[in-house]
Amino acid sequence: MRLSKLMLAGAGALALAFTATAASAQKKYDDGASDTEIRIGHTNPYSGPASAYGQIGKTIEAYFKKVNDGGGINGRKITFISYDDGYAPPKTVEMVRKLVEEDKVLFVFQTLGTPPNTAIHKYLNAKKVPQLFVATGASVWGQPKEYPWTMGWQPDYQTEGVIYAKHILANVKDPKIAVLMQNDDYGRDYFNGFKRGLGKDANKIVQVATYEVADPTIDSQIIALKNSGANAFFNITTPKFAAQAIKKAHEIGWKPAHYLNNVSVSVGSVMKPAGLEASQGLISAGYLKDPTDPQFDKDADMAAWRAFMDKFYPNGDKTSTFPTYGYAVSSTLAEVLKRAGDNLTRENVMKQAASMKNLEVPLLIPGIKINTSATDFYPIQSVRLQRFEGATWHLFGDVLSNEAD
Amino acid sequence: MASTVLASGTAADRAPGSLRRYRWWLLLIVLPVLLIAGGKTGLVSDFQFLQLSLMIVYSIAVLGLILLTGFNGQISLGHGAFFAVGAYTAAILIDQHDWPFWATLPAAALACFVAGYLFGLPALRLEGHYLALATFALAVAVPQILKYRHIEPVTKGVMGINVFKSDPPFGLPLSNDQWMFLVVLAIAALMFWIARNLLDSRTGRALIAIRDHPMAAGTMGVNVAHYKTVMFGISALYTGIAGALHGIIFEFVSPDSFRFELSIAILVGAVVGGIASLPGAVIGGIFVQVIEKYADALTKKISAAVQLPLELEPWLIYGIALIALMYAMPTGIAGGLAALWRRLRRL
Repeated sequence: MRLSKLMLAGAGALALAFTATAASAQKKYDDGASDTEIRIGHTNPYSGPASAYGQIGKTIEAYFKKVNDGGGINGRKITFISYDDGYAPPKTVEMVRKLVEEDKVLFVFQTLGTPPNTAIHKYLNAKKVPQLFVATGASVWGQPKEYPWTMGWQPDYQTEGVIYAKHILANVKDPKIAVLMQNDDYGRDYFNGFKRGLGKDANKIVQVATYEVADPTIDSQIIALKNSGANAFFNITTPKFAAQAIKKAHEIGWKPAHYLNNVSVSVGSVMKPAGLEASQGLISAGYLKDPTDPQFDKDADMAAWRAFMDKFYPNGDKTSTFPTYGYAVSSTLAEVLKRAGDNLTRENVMKQAASMKNLEVPLLIPGIKINTSATDFYPIQSVRLQRFEGATWHLFGDVLSNEAD
Repeated sequence: MASTVLASGTAADRAPGSLRRYRWWLLLIVLPVLLIAGGKTGLVSDFQFLQLSLMIVYSIAVLGLILLTGFNGQISLGHGAFFAVGAYTAAILIDQHDWPFWATLPAAALACFVAGYLFGLPALRLEGHYLALATFALAVAVPQILKYRHIEPVTKGVMGINVFKSDPPFGLPLSNDQWMFLVVLAIAALMFWIARNLLDSRTGRALIAIRDHPMAAGTMGVNVAHYKTVMFGISALYTGIAGALHGIIFEFVSPDSFRFELSIAILVGAVVGGIASLPGAVIGGIFVQVIEKYADALTKKISAAVQLPLELEPWLIYGIALIALMYAMPTGIAGGLAALWRRLRRL
């Protein structure tokens, strides 16, 4: 009798304990998440030599304003905290520490630039705070074993470099190649991929010039590259310097087959300042629908994006690719958060980000989808080549995937 | 005028039979105890401890410049360079040679003393503005040198070096940032104590005499050239230790951390704090950290609060604060507060 009573009480207590854990399993939160809010941290250059990228931060902010106006994600409002780091790594370190330790964000999203992200790479992984969809295509962001808390988003630079190298070898007769690159890991990553693509033809590179992101101009580098007698030019530069290079090459009458890296394909921020005349014939790779390309004028994604721009970012540049980029990457994050449901732990956010199968994201070029897994931290791995003609980019050729493998 | 600030301070400290002599030491114990208690209860975040540590670090750097400019009359626009040398010395020793962080401090101090002493030798021929320009060139050159291709394997070029600080020893129940705050505070107290004793000695009087009238000092038998070069070395040593501590607590060094703006910031800190005053160095350090780093955010907040239709330049508040301070307190905040205090006592 006494025994059965005891057992009954024990079973009751056990059942109670189970229901308690079951209830807490439904809703799980880390720092920065609650029943009403998800806090997201971000750094971006709004000032300084890379300030053209500031449009991305403003677009993301506008995007989450749109999300919040529509009721948030799973009923939670997004608080998007964005700081200016001026593309300077020490400033990024300070701002990201503030985001994690003081603002208590759930994760850091879209921090921009290879040097800034490198500076916070180890810190965030040591703190186990996701560094999600970084705004750089360096190949180091996809190492789930060493850095399980960091994930890229755009196609990686090495792959892109390989594609240009193959295109030069197939299309430029007797190539003599000049390279201009930013002197940091972003520049080196592109250059390494490019050399890999050239393979035994790497000796076709006749001159390499570098610049620092703090330099005022790159005129002397362009003159030196022209004097090398090169007939192909791989231009690894951020928007301000890309515009300068295109303009200067045109001014001094240098007309090589000009390959421009994808980070500077913004018509509004690069081709227009450089001059449309000077930009004719540029070749690059793209994975987003360009807002100036008339073939997408009737596209549903593009219409939705234009409506979004009119309402939430009215003074944004609708000829620039940075707002389309910001819109597409924010949509990806919104999908991840939607799938995370009520389990808003850092671990689950990473888990959801690493299990996207053939996800279609607005504004990606038709045929390009997002795929990730526990061992694949490179969401977008396909691009198409495009040529600048008239006032816009024209896509050509097939969708190219995993060219580096 | 500037030296009166120091004189009145030391006279008060020496007042016999008074507890006031120990009031600064008392503050040094009470303040960190309160802060750590705040950290334990979650009132003071780790990030705020980092901010406090940075203020102290900049105070040491400003102190280095104050010793040189305020007490020895040599102007330097290039102390950011010594700050960088100290930071890189510490970072490279920790990252590539696995030194414990405390062992890198004497190494950084030595490296910077030698660098400062060697730089001080040719600088002897340069007076006033010319010295300022020579040091300025140093500040502009150092970030470029750090990116130089042939030393890139050591300095890691533009990408910089990640430094990882060790956990607190003896299993102390403190976070990294709390522990480093205490370490930095203790080192700063030591450095300030040494500086005060230095100035209060025969050497200090010689240094001040050189500032006030080099020729007269020479006539009285002071070896002007010797004192000037050694002082340059000591000043660089102070700033170098600050740099090393910065690298250690910030956990990251890169050429971008030490652009010439840093040299200007240290000079502005020294002038705003009080160019010939040791308490001025503390105020200057706080100024460098708070105003410099947050002028931008403050400008944005203010323009948002009053809903200005135009976009303000980020440095606007900084400029206005600087101009206002120079008009209201020409001897720096330390001098201004001392003057204010004297006036209040007379009432």
